[in-house]
Amino acid sequence: MNVDTDQIIPKQFLKRIERKGFGQFLFYNWRFDDDGKPRDDFSLNEAQYQNASILVAGKNFGCGSSREHAPWALLDYGFRVIIATSFADIFYNNCVKNGILPVALDQEVITELFQKAKDGYELQVDLQKQEVRDGESIQASFKIDPYWKEMLLNGWDEVSRTLSLEEKIKLYEEKQLVGE
Amino acid sequence: MEPKTIIEKIWDKHVVHEEEGSPDLLYIDLHLVHEVTSPQAFEGLRMNNRRVRRPDLTFATMDHNVPTIARHIINDPVSKVQMEKLEENCNEFGVEIADINHPDQGIVHVIGPELGLTQPGKTIVCGDSHTSTHGAFGALAFGIGTSEVEHVLSTQTLWQSRPKTIEIRVNGRLGAGVTAKDLILAVIAKFGVNAGTGAVVEYTGEAIRNMSMEERMTVCNMSIEAGAKAGLISPDETTFSYLKGKRHVPANEAFNEAVAEWKELATDPGATYDEVLEIGAEEIEPQVTWGTNPSMGSSVYARVPFPEDYEDPGDQKAIKQALAYMDLKPGTQIQNIAIQYVFIGSCTNSRLSDLRAAAEIVRGRKVHESVTALVVPGSKSVKDAAEAEGLDQVFQEAGFEWREAGCSMCLAMNDDIVPPGERCASTSNRNFEGRQGNGSRTHLVSPAMAAAAAIEGRFTDARKIKPLVM
Repeated sequence: MNVDTDQIIPKQFLKRIERKGFGQFLFYNWRFDDDGKPRDDFSLNEAQYQNASILVAGKNFGCGSSREHAPWALLDYGFRVIIATSFADIFYNNCVKNGILPVALDQEVITELFQKAKDGYELQVDLQKQEVRDGESIQASFKIDPYWKEMLLNGWDEVSRTLSLEEKIKLYEEKQLVGE
Repeated sequence: MEPKTIIEKIWDKHVVHEEEGSPDLLYIDLHLVHEVTSPQAFEGLRMNNRRVRRPDLTFATMDHNVPTIARHIINDPVSKVQMEKLEENCNEFGVEIADINHPDQGIVHVIGPELGLTQPGKTIVCGDSHTSTHGAFGALAFGIGTSEVEHVLSTQTLWQSRPKTIEIRVNGRLGAGVTAKDLILAVIAKFGVNAGTGAVVEYTGEAIRNMSMEERMTVCNMSIEAGAKAGLISPDETTFSYLKGKRHVPANEAFNEAVAEWKELATDPGATYDEVLEIGAEEIEPQVTWGTNPSMGSSVYARVPFPEDYEDPGDQKAIKQALAYMDLKPGTQIQNIAIQYVFIGSCTNSRLSDLRAAAEIVRGRKVHESVTALVVPGSKSVKDAAEAEGLDQVFQEAGFEWREAGCSMCLAMNDDIVPPGERCASTSNRNFEGRQGNGSRTHLVSPAMAAAAAIEGRFTDARKIKPLVM
C-alpha cells in the first residue's frame, strides 16, 4: 500500500525529455540490485508475471509526486490496467490521459486477486460494462466518471475537444478581465 | 445566499463550461512551469502546431536540476539538456523565464509568492505536486501531470471534477518553539497519507490564524502528503500585508480594491464541509519521522513503534518494511537515532524565517564532527536577504555548507545526494525510499530540529538548545 511515484519511477530517470522508453526503469530500485541485476524477491521479476498487462496493488497507489513519468513507465512496460483499493488523485488523472485504466475495487476482491494471480491467471477487464471478471468466482463492477470512460474508449485528443469551446473561453476572459 | 466555503467560491468563479456527465472546465489564472515536467508538453504543442494561449499568465523557472555549487558547471549532461530545453521552449513560445542566472531564480513555490504572482482567489497550477503551497494565500493551487501542463499551455483551462471539501481545524495555540512543520507532520501522522484523497482541505483555527505567511506556506505545502490535491487558508490581514508592495500585486488604489475583493473570499460563517477533522495545537510536540512515508512520524520524545502496535495486518507489514529500510529497531528512542546528514531547504522550509530559526540555534556552535550539513536557500532573493543579515556567516562558521538556490537534496536530482545507508535530518517533505539518493534514509523535521540535530549528531528537542548571545 501507499506505493509512491518515487518508487514507480525513481528521480534519476526523470531527466529524459521524451515520453517513451521509461519502461526499463519501472520500479527500478525494487526490481534491480545495486549491480543492476534483477532481484528475485520482487514479484514483477517472477516468471509467471512476465508479459502481464494488469497490475494489482493495495490502497493509495501512485501517491506523492505528480510526475507523469510514472504512467509512462507503466504503459511502456506493458500495463494497460491498474487495479487497486484506491488511487492518489493526480496519478489517477495522469493514467487516464495516457490510456491506462485505473480500477478501484474492494479489499476482499483485491485479496482474492493476489491469491489467484500466483499461478497462470487471466482476468478480463470490461470498460464498456465497467466490470472485472474471470469466469469463476470474480465478477466485480467498478466506477468511472462517464467523461473518463468515453475518453478511454474513444482515445480523444482532449486539447482539440477543449479548443472547440474556444468561444466560451474567450467570453470568460472578457467577462473576468483576465490579465488586466 | 447560501453560505459557501472559500473552495466553492473560487471554484464557481472559474467554471468556463459545465455539462452533465463531465468534469467542469476550469479557467487557470497562473501556470508555473519548471524544467522536469514541461519538455514533453512543449513538444506536444510543437507537434500539433499549437501556441501558448496566455504566455502572460505563464511563468517558468529552473529549480529541480540546478547545481547549488559551482553554478556554471552542470556535470550531468542530461540535466543540462533539460535546462537548455526549458530556455529554448520559453523563448520559442514567449514565456517569461527566471533562468539559472536570473535574480528571480529559485524554487517555483518560493518565488511565486515572493514576486506576488501568487494571489488570493487565483487558480494556480504547476507540474509539481507541491503547488498546494500557494494555497496559503487563499488560492486554489494544485499539482498536475505533463498532459495537463500541455492542456493548460494550449487552452488556459483544465477539466476537473468538483472536489470534496475537508476542514482541518487546529484548535488552540502551538506551544513556544513548536513550528508550522511540526503541526503539519502531526496532522499527517494523525489522519494518514490518504486522508485528503479526492478533496481540497481548508486549514482553520486559532493556530493557523496566528501564523505568518511563511508558516502557512509550510502547512499548505504538505497537503499533498495527506493525499489532498490542494490545501488552502482563507486570506486575512496577514495575507494582505505580505502581498503589499510585491512586484505583481496591484499598487495604490488598485491594491485597496483588490483587498476588498480578497476579503470576500473567506469562508462564510455557517458554510459546511463534507468532512471536518480536528486537532489540538497544544498537544503537539516537535516531530520527527521514522518511516518511509510522511505519516510515519511522532514526537521527538517517542520511541520507534513495534509493528504489533498496529491492528491492521497491512499496516503491520508496511511498518516492518519501513523499519527494515530505515534500519531502525522497534522501541528505539527517537532521541538516540544518530544522523550523518542535515539538509535545510526545499519548498517546505527554505524561506528567510526558516533560515533564521535554524541560525538561532546554530549561532556560536559547531556542527557535530560526524555530520555533513548544508543550507540551500529557496531562492536567490532569500539567499541575498539571509546574507544581508549575516546568516551565511553564522552557518559557515558552524561548519554548514552555504549553497545557491534550488530543490537540491529534497529529491537529489542534482549532485546533492545522501549516500546509501546514511541518515539525513531533512526539512523537506518526503521520506520515501531513495528520495534523497538510493539507499538514503530520510527523517523529516522542522528547520530548528534539523539545526539541533546538526549540532548534537542525533535528534534532540530543539527547544532545549537555547540561543547563545553573541
